[in-house]
Amino acid sequence: MTAIASAPVAPDSRQTSLLRFATAGSVDDGKSTLVGRLLHDTKSILADAYAAVERVTRERGGAGIDLALLTDGLRAEREQGITIDVAYRYFSTPQRTFILADCPGHVQYTRNTVTGASTADALVVLVDARHGVLEQTRRHLAVAALLRVPHVIVAVNKIDLIDYAQQPFAAIEADVAEHARRLALSIITVPVSALEGDNVAVRSERTPWYSGPTVLDLLETLPSVDEAERAAAAGGWRLPVQYVLRPQDAALTPEHREYRGYAGQVSQGVIHVGDDVVVQPSGRRTMVAGIDTADGPLAEAKSGQSIAIRLADEVDVARGDLLSSASDAAIPVKHLDAHVAWLADRPLRLRERVLVQHGTALVQGMVTGISGVLDITLPGGTLDSSIVPGDSLALNDIGVVTLLLAQPLAIEDYGSHRRTGAFVLVDPQDGATLAAGTARAAAPGTGQDGYLSI
Amino acid sequence: MSTTSVKAGLSTLEALEAEGIHILREAVATARKPVILFSGGKDSVAVLHLATKAFWPGRVPIELLHVDTGHNFDEVIAFRDATVERLGLRLKVAKVQDYIDDGRLRERPDGTRNALQTVPLLEAISDGGYDVVFGGARRDEEKARAKERVVSLRDEFGAWDPRNQRPELWNLYNTRHLPGQHVRVFPLSNWTELDVWRYIEREAIELPALYYAHEREVFERDGLLLTPHPALSRRDTEALERRVVRYRTVGDASCTGAVESPAASVADVIAEVAATRITERGATRADDRASEAAMEDRKKEGYF
Repeated sequence: MTAIASAPVAPDSRQTSLLRFATAGSVDDGKSTLVGRLLHDTKSILADAYAAVERVTRERGGAGIDLALLTDGLRAEREQGITIDVAYRYFSTPQRTFILADCPGHVQYTRNTVTGASTADALVVLVDARHGVLEQTRRHLAVAALLRVPHVIVAVNKIDLIDYAQQPFAAIEADVAEHARRLALSIITVPVSALEGDNVAVRSERTPWYSGPTVLDLLETLPSVDEAERAAAAGGWRLPVQYVLRPQDAALTPEHREYRGYAGQVSQGVIHVGDDVVVQPSGRRTMVAGIDTADGPLAEAKSGQSIAIRLADEVDVARGDLLSSASDAAIPVKHLDAHVAWLADRPLRLRERVLVQHGTALVQGMVTGISGVLDITLPGGTLDSSIVPGDSLALNDIGVVTLLLAQPLAIEDYGSHRRTGAFVLVDPQDGATLAAGTARAAAPGTGQDGYLSI
Repeated sequence: MSTTSVKAGLSTLEALEAEGIHILREAVATARKPVILFSGGKDSVAVLHLATKAFWPGRVPIELLHVDTGHNFDEVIAFRDATVERLGLRLKVAKVQDYIDDGRLRERPDGTRNALQTVPLLEAISDGGYDVVFGGARRDEEKARAKERVVSLRDEFGAWDPRNQRPELWNLYNTRHLPGQHVRVFPLSNWTELDVWRYIEREAIELPALYYAHEREVFERDGLLLTPHPALSRRDTEALERRVVRYRTVGDASCTGAVESPAASVADVIAEVAATRITERGATRADDRASEAAMEDRKKEGYF
């Protein structure tokens, strides 16, 4: 109750930075309770929402407040007591604003974990302290590895039920560390009790043996993807062209009648006026003549900004093209090796025709090879060593496929280019989203010409 | 931690604006005929403002559509029309009153009309040939909205199927749909009420005066402060009083309540919203309080 009685925190979104994170856990790990706890302890629950949950808790014969009820939004979820779809939550502290993608735990909803993790700067995976790492935990870690979520926090929950004992936690921590090593993930393990609040937002006095950060400490300090992409911006920049701004008769002022700008959101690096540009897939070269926004021209634009750029020469540029810094431009490919997470109810079969949506481009493609499926039950494998032979993918499978593209796309290795290495597969018949794809690294000298492979 | 990370990168508000512009450009680029649902309310005003920035230096290449319940505040309608005029845009108005007049819809016993908007909205979308429909809904407004995608596929009945939503991956938005279907697109999905107000302040966006403190004759019903209106038969026990109030949302006058507030400027409103302990819809919308799942039910029926 203190949470709603005390003075609210009023962070200023003009000053705070933004972190997107997702949560994932198995059924009954207490994930909804953890999310409720984060909202509660950061004083993000408003009085009427709090009162409504208190009332429902009482109607169900409970006492106090069932934190899990704060987050289960759909009627079917409340009736079944489980979470079905990704729910987005918003809260902030004086340091940061958070967008939380709260993902369901059921194996049948793994596709929602993929959805939530695709935009996440960090992933919080729940593990029950009594049960340790389960198959579903390994599935979530595999998704994190596939999508290369920069930071994974494993919250070992319900430590109150193991009497705050260090030994079981240490065993789980060691198990998690082994998975982290094999999957090349950066994982931090934290002992928590979402129900009691230990080490979620407030350091617990009941775990004197734990000297690491709380979950909230981590969320407040981990760098976001955009921050990391900028830090690594010594490489080049990328701008997928969304829209050609060519107002002509619709110009707001006469001097903009002949304006021609290429609008998009910078997906990597920092663009400067005067930079050399390669237009892909055509390969034409020119220079950045100007960077424009409705608020005025800019000398530079960084990853995450929505801008328009003018080019020095009249080159043919259309929606779907990728503008790159000339020094390190990607090579457009027509064949592609990729991991895909299959998200549709019907299976993926060989020679299936799909649409490949990459950046702002949409091209036809065909699945020319399915070389394996991830088997997460294999003991302690890496992502690659756990791939077993298979010739189709079912819902929630992660597999390795080869795609033939009707037109070349400047797809890059997802490991070093999170935005331009990602794509989705779309059903050409009904428009459904079928799969999340991540392009695999091109190792020099190992692939065919123009073939992106490992 | 200080704010050094923001100096290097984007602030939350800058990131939200950039995302909103990206969503608008993406949906318009793939649309046959896009439309913005524009009521003159602050969220739709913010969406339209984002659109002016997304398509600068050209005029916004999107038509506007308003479903007028016939119970809208006159000041808001005047603001709506002035905004349309200023930006040189085309506005279509679908009137619930027309549907009541010719018998296609019947007035509800309680006189409220929010629930009657669905049919005129869907018919206007279909008649206008619109395939991408922008709205100002935010996920922080309500539990069901918290689960809706940025790009939300609707069938011929405008219905939202919460259990069968398309996965939405990275910033790759899938707007494809079959003939007869359309997509609703919500550029402010990740904004909170406070973000919208901070943005209104930063961009000096004009809003209907109802959003700021003013004196008004109101009466209390079910904890809401309502303005006398032909659709609301005020009971003898409900005394009229002059109070200093403002509106947090400016929808249908028959079910939108005012809150007592001295907040006369954007800065005052921000201070108030930051300190407030009641959610926006809970304070002002009678229709959402009907049941725990009220919003979910109406969304499934094709409402926003």
